[in-house]
Amino acid sequence: MPELAARLQLTGISKRYPGVLANDNVSLTVAPGEIHGLIGENGAGKSTLMKVVYGAARPDSGEMRWNGAVVQPSSPAQARKLGIGMVFQHFSLFDTLTVVENVALALPGKLDRAQLARDIEAMGRRYGLPVDPSQHVYSLSVGERQRVEIIRCLLQQPSLLIMDEPTSVLTPQAVEKLFGTLHQLSSEGVAILYISHKLEEVRTLCSRATVLRGGRVTGVCNPREESVASLSRLMIGAEPPRATGVAREAGADQLIIDHLSMEPQERTGKPLHDVSLVVRKSEIVGIAGVSGNGQNELLSAISGEDARAPARSIRIGDTAIGRLPVVARRALGLAFVPEERLGRGAVPALGLDLNTLLTHDTGLTRHGLISHAAITTLARSIIERFGVKAAGPAAPAKSLSGGNLQKFIVGREVVKSPQVFVVSQPTWGVDVGAAAQIRQEIVALRDAGSAVLVVSEELEELFEICDALYVIANGRLSQRIAVRDATIEQIGELMGGAPASGAGAEVQHAAA
Amino acid sequence: MEQLASLIAATLSAGTPLLLAGIGLLINERSGILNLGAEGMMLIAAAAGFAVGFHTGSATAGLIAGAVAGVLFSLIFSGLAIGLVTNQYATGLALTLFGAGLSAFAGLAYVGKTVPFQTNFAIPGLSEIPFFGTALFKLHPMVYLALLLTGVVAWVLARTRLGLTIRAVGESPESAHAIGFPVRGIRVGTVAFGGACCGLAGAYLSLIYTPLWVEGMVAGRGWIALALTTFATWKPWRVALGAYLFGSVTMIQFALQAEGVEIASQLLSMLPYIATIVVLALVSRNPAFIRLNMPASLGKPFHP
Amino acid sequence: MLRLEARPVPSKLMGYAAPVIALAITVVFGTLLFLALGKNPAASLRVFFVTPLENARGLSEVALKMIPLLLCSLGLAICYRSNVWNIGAEGQLVVGGVAAGGMALLASPDSTRAFFVLVLLAGMLGGMAWAAITALLRDKFNANEILVSLMLTYVGGLLLIYLVNGPWKDPKGFNFPYSKTFDAAAMVPKLFAGTRLSWGVLIVVVVLAAAWIFLSKSKAGFRLQVAGQAPLAARFAGFSAREGIWASLLLCGALSGLAGALEVAGPLGQLTPQISPGYGFAAIIVAWLGRLHPGGCVFASFIMALIYIGGELSQSRLGLPAAITGVFQGMLLLALLTADTFIHYRLRKA
Repeated sequence: MPELAARLQLTGISKRYPGVLANDNVSLTVAPGEIHGLIGENGAGKSTLMKVVYGAARPDSGEMRWNGAVVQPSSPAQARKLGIGMVFQHFSLFDTLTVVENVALALPGKLDRAQLARDIEAMGRRYGLPVDPSQHVYSLSVGERQRVEIIRCLLQQPSLLIMDEPTSVLTPQAVEKLFGTLHQLSSEGVAILYISHKLEEVRTLCSRATVLRGGRVTGVCNPREESVASLSRLMIGAEPPRATGVAREAGADQLIIDHLSMEPQERTGKPLHDVSLVVRKSEIVGIAGVSGNGQNELLSAISGEDARAPARSIRIGDTAIGRLPVVARRALGLAFVPEERLGRGAVPALGLDLNTLLTHDTGLTRHGLISHAAITTLARSIIERFGVKAAGPAAPAKSLSGGNLQKFIVGREVVKSPQVFVVSQPTWGVDVGAAAQIRQEIVALRDAGSAVLVVSEELEELFEICDALYVIANGRLSQRIAVRDATIEQIGELMGGAPASGAGAEVQHAAA
Repeated sequence: MEQLASLIAATLSAGTPLLLAGIGLLINERSGILNLGAEGMMLIAAAAGFAVGFHTGSATAGLIAGAVAGVLFSLIFSGLAIGLVTNQYATGLALTLFGAGLSAFAGLAYVGKTVPFQTNFAIPGLSEIPFFGTALFKLHPMVYLALLLTGVVAWVLARTRLGLTIRAVGESPESAHAIGFPVRGIRVGTVAFGGACCGLAGAYLSLIYTPLWVEGMVAGRGWIALALTTFATWKPWRVALGAYLFGSVTMIQFALQAEGVEIASQLLSMLPYIATIVVLALVSRNPAFIRLNMPASLGKPFHP
Repeated sequence: MLRLEARPVPSKLMGYAAPVIALAITVVFGTLLFLALGKNPAASLRVFFVTPLENARGLSEVALKMIPLLLCSLGLAICYRSNVWNIGAEGQLVVGGVAAGGMALLASPDSTRAFFVLVLLAGMLGGMAWAAITALLRDKFNANEILVSLMLTYVGGLLLIYLVNGPWKDPKGFNFPYSKTFDAAAMVPKLFAGTRLSWGVLIVVVVLAAAWIFLSKSKAGFRLQVAGQAPLAARFAGFSAREGIWASLLLCGALSGLAGALEVAGPLGQLTPQISPGYGFAAIIVAWLGRLHPGGCVFASFIMALIYIGGELSQSRLGLPAAITGVFQGMLLLALLTADTFIHYRLRKA
């Protein structure tokens, strides 16, 4: 049997982009029916390798064999014809089209909507992926969108299915269901290439795994025989450090959200329903939840980017800030680090020095003119204190790596010693070393007495640094849960929008 | 009564160039490309169409020449905005400025000339019907063709794979590229279609509607057609409605002057432009409504 | 096959070289055009680039044309840096000219010599008012500023024609559509006797310095540009997008209106049906060619002034229509956009 040709065999693939060798002599083999993990940090070269397989990029050297024959798909359409299907991390769906139309676009042949709708439903039943074919995509939840992507792939009857970081948008329970679907597919002989940086998942799901670091293969193993620590060593060359701090008694209420309900500004946004939370001095409070459940709306209402909230529904200490503009909130000691770094947290084309002007309102100007010396000094001090790797204080924000830019943006807020520090997805897409440093900074800020609110999709991160948690689902916030009493399962259930259990939730409803 | 009938007929004639250009630009925009060069393409086509019509003595040849000129001009836009990823706004503006200059330069020889063919038509039988005959059935074939084109475009967009693909490309070129569509090729196609339509509209103006060549004779109709696509929230039949509405605004000034109303002609000539502004403001007032209907990638650069 | 590849960092060199390359491309195309028309290209290009600079009078004419181009382009540069797509500087110039003309007609032989200051102020207010319509509709009604500002240009042009044909027509003007010529007090004083240059030159120098400080040094200018480049970052920082729309449009309106006032109270001396040969549109090209930078705009408006004068001269010297100016203007902008691509991209063999 092992003599049989592998479904996919890559040998010595190299691909260079300007300034970076994304893949360096990478080899990888996937057998029919195998669920193969491809693990590595952001920037390790996973995406580039998949682009090569899916015909979206041409390798500089190396060979790709498909069922034993040498191939080089020059376009995604060609790859699909071979039988390669891909579910993208950032979905490639069209919001204003219906599910049927989205699926039809990827399938050749005549456009027969009614028949296709029946096919979609049948496929959904077979693999436990229920979805309404007549819905517009923008009205679907993130989980439903992923189902549409998977069904669209499956209707092309692929013999290799590539899944790119599929669980970052799913609740723990939904992840289990997805794994069920993948096992069923693999038992039918479909090979699955599962890309992830979550080591626990790969250990549960995959029978073999290839590890990438800095564009090179650092190991091929059976993840079930490895520990998270040993996989982590292959992936980043070290075990991930943990943030340490001295938890202190939490103080007075600093940031209060009081029965906030709000319609979204964007058509794709989520309305907020009766959201209440409290962050006290010297504590870190986390908000867990799958993206797109109202986090952005809530954060914009807190930061002042959306100043439509009833004034008293958001307070810093005793001051009602719901309707205050951003600058006035900053003056009260609020600092915010948004999820998007380029284009929101920083202006991409401007230097780090000028980017300090975004959130530092005093000391940098004289008579309305910018003091070049002052912004340079400030930028340099942030760079030095937080170990930001940059060409200098005038380096454009977009020239920094994700991790370094995030360190700079977090640093820019931390140096102000804010009373209230709100940060969204602090380590999203950041390399492990920088992530650890950022978490450490957040903990240090708490230890110095700030009230900190962290919004994150990464449950492990929240469990590591938070003192208390809330869960957001469908625009509603759960009761406060002390981290020492919480379990991943419990949080996962709340993330799935399970009717909030416990007496607290009923009290909330009664109050509303 | 008869006066009303001819007013209706005149409205349909006046609305036709706007409809032709608007429907072409609509397809452009549904694929995510905003071509502000409409005015320039119409001007160059008006000049080219008039020249060919003048020398061949054939209106059809002139119209075809106009469409060809429109396509050729649109290719300049495609080469820059799609091929070289230049800013779509700036490129369209450049095209309009270039078209205005080139048409004024090239058309100089034709100033004051008239076309050597009939521009009157009548559908046998139907044109005899009282009132409706004058109102609807004595118009140039292009008027009916424009309506037919609107129907075809509406059908293609709603019912066919081609239409679905165009909409998908306009919604998210990145996704369309990821699943393997030739995004740039499709867009060059839609821009060429827009160029052909604007070309027809321009040639219609100089050959049939006016009919003579005057520098700058398109007089902002390309821009009004661009406004029409917003007014129509990117739906073909609403472009037709808007085009005839604007046609009627143009006609009101003539009707008022014919009635001997004492208003300076220049003030009346402002009407279509002011109407455009007012309509644009009213339609755009609700940003959420516009965002819901606007092709999501409209005007944004795409580089695979 | 060649393909475009994004540069990791935009090329600074290309940023400066692009306008020069664009000019070179335009000259090459111009040469081909002259050949096609059966003219001697060398002699023809001389008319455009040498003849206007041969004597003091020519130079002063170039400077005279640079004034409105530079003023409008500075205003437009502020707009474009703020990502406000105002293309109605022409209309703002015309209405500024109308307002200035209206004020100038109020002057009488015994008005004080400082009356011209009122004329200039009226022009600025007129241009601002016209631009304010665009700002208001964009701010309150979300209406596209490109279309609104352009439509208003047509309306402004018609307003001028209406006035000189109607209420403001000179009764002693043999029924020509001109206003009466302004009294001396309403006219901007001359800088040197014998030329048509006025104090306008000095005003432009002051405006230029102010624009440079505003764009490169001030926090207010910084806020506008952040709003333009990264609207989400501006919202995050608490810089108002509305402020950007209003400030940039009002500034551009004021500068364009000032340009109109300097034209009517300068070389024209009365209102005529056409007070601008498209300066407001040409200024769009000037702004881009000048990299949206005040210093660059000086260079670019110089080139554009040459093309204007070359167009006028080519009628008498070459027997070519003045419309050739428009051809060169359009070509220049198209060539510039092409060259600009290579700031952010480079060509690679695929």
